[in-house]
Amino acid sequence: MPVTTLDGHQIHVNDEGFLTDPNEWDDSLATVLAAQIGITLTDAHWKAIRFLRKDFEEQGETATLRRVATVGGVPIKELFALFPQKPAKKMAYISGLPKPQGCV
Amino acid sequence: MKRLLVLGAGTAGTMIVNKLRRRLAATDWHITVVDRDDVHPYQPGYLFLPFGTYKPEQVSRSRHAFLPDGVDFVIGEVDRVDGAADLVTLTDGRTLAYDYLVIASGTSPRPDQTPGMLGSEWRRSIFDFFTFDGAQALASALKEFDHGRLVVHITDMPIKCPVAPLEFTFLADSWLRKRGIRDRVELVYVTPLPGAFTKPIASAHLGSMLDERKIHVESDFLVEHIDNEKKMLVSFDEREVPFDLLVTIPLNMGADFVARSGLGNELNYIPVDRHTLQSKQFANIFAVGDSSDIPTSKAGSVAHFSVEIFVDNFLQLIQGRPMTGAFDGHANCFIESGDHKGLLIDFNYDTEPLPGAYPLPLVGPMGLLKETRANHLGKLAFRWIYWNVLLPGRWMPLPAHMSMIGKKNPNRTENLIT
Repeated sequence: MPVTTLDGHQIHVNDEGFLTDPNEWDDSLATVLAAQIGITLTDAHWKAIRFLRKDFEEQGETATLRRVATVGGVPIKELFALFPQKPAKKMAYISGLPKPQGCV
Repeated sequence: MKRLLVLGAGTAGTMIVNKLRRRLAATDWHITVVDRDDVHPYQPGYLFLPFGTYKPEQVSRSRHAFLPDGVDFVIGEVDRVDGAADLVTLTDGRTLAYDYLVIASGTSPRPDQTPGMLGSEWRRSIFDFFTFDGAQALASALKEFDHGRLVVHITDMPIKCPVAPLEFTFLADSWLRKRGIRDRVELVYVTPLPGAFTKPIASAHLGSMLDERKIHVESDFLVEHIDNEKKMLVSFDEREVPFDLLVTIPLNMGADFVARSGLGNELNYIPVDRHTLQSKQFANIFAVGDSSDIPTSKAGSVAHFSVEIFVDNFLQLIQGRPMTGAFDGHANCFIESGDHKGLLIDFNYDTEPLPGAYPLPLVGPMGLLKETRANHLGKLAFRWIYWNVLLPGRWMPLPAHMSMIGKKNPNRTENLIT
């Protein structure tokens, strides 16, 4: 796994740039990761990110969009506005979690 | 007398009672299986109904014909499972107590979950083919269809048989060519995934097959609603895809009783240990086949391979021993590609579909991830195997665990033989 340094954070990432160890993540890193993909985090973004982190801790898997909407209470429409085009992937990236399972 | 209760007499449930009835003494174990009706559909056959390749009578049999002597078959609708009381209640008020419960109630298309799907155009210009009625209605509509935009669409993952919409698209292309009207039809494939398939190597391969056939792919498209008046799909990020004929795979969800019983996730799938299929909530409940949340295909092959592991584990469990079998997520699927050819893919939790040979590594006769006539014949032969070998729980010369021997990963240089 490549090790990279982002704005003073030393992190392990996979070939797509996703963190491989969720424990290397913190709030300030989230802001840096978001900036990498052109997103400035607002309270609305944080609501989704906090849910994703908490749900991953409990379930061991990255929540799908439908789960963030039904369990986390952020409607899918809003997720597309907050994390344009590929919300599931972008949310996971910023939250330092694995890309959600495509469920072959 | 111990009681094993199985909810669902589909692929997984039928195999389990057949295998376990042989291995549990009739004097010690009572086995009951519940389903809402006595019709066992051969679901892979639904793909061929719209094109008239299969006749309706070829795709269903009686459920009870595949259940062994010594298994009680109860026809009824499950109302709820009380996991704390080890009790299942049916909607007509009957109750069934159990020592061990296997939930094999599958997954179903739910057009009601997308606004506008069940609107005025449903079964007029909007069709599904994951149900018998839908596939039959689509057959009639296709006969009348001679020009315009034919859109094949997936609402969201996971779905039962994730390759079926691709197969339908390839078959439609071939069928339109044979009728001499392919150039009057625009074929569009709309998917919530970033490409043709979930895993990169297969996705690239299948994507180029769509390209060669001049099928336009609309990717990362998550439908919000269907506009019946304008006949178009509208996504959450406000993209629009108009259609003259829409063939959609509605959202797939597990059984409603799973939700009523507090056993499911947001799509009514039961969280289980991915290697043993044991419920994370109750140690005497297992979810097999499509009903669980394991991260692999919802497909008959997964039901088949995982049942093999489950049966041996179950026998250990009831003897008070630890379960030693671990399901690896093994799946394989034939992919019809039209013109009497097909592909085969073979994969598991950790390894994506790769080129190679199956079932005998290096020998085949089936080629993995490439179009051959043998794969097409394999797919057709499978219907006989399903009724005569698989459901009765007879031995099949296919290992439950996936093999890496002879598989080639084009992205890697090291030798992958393990």
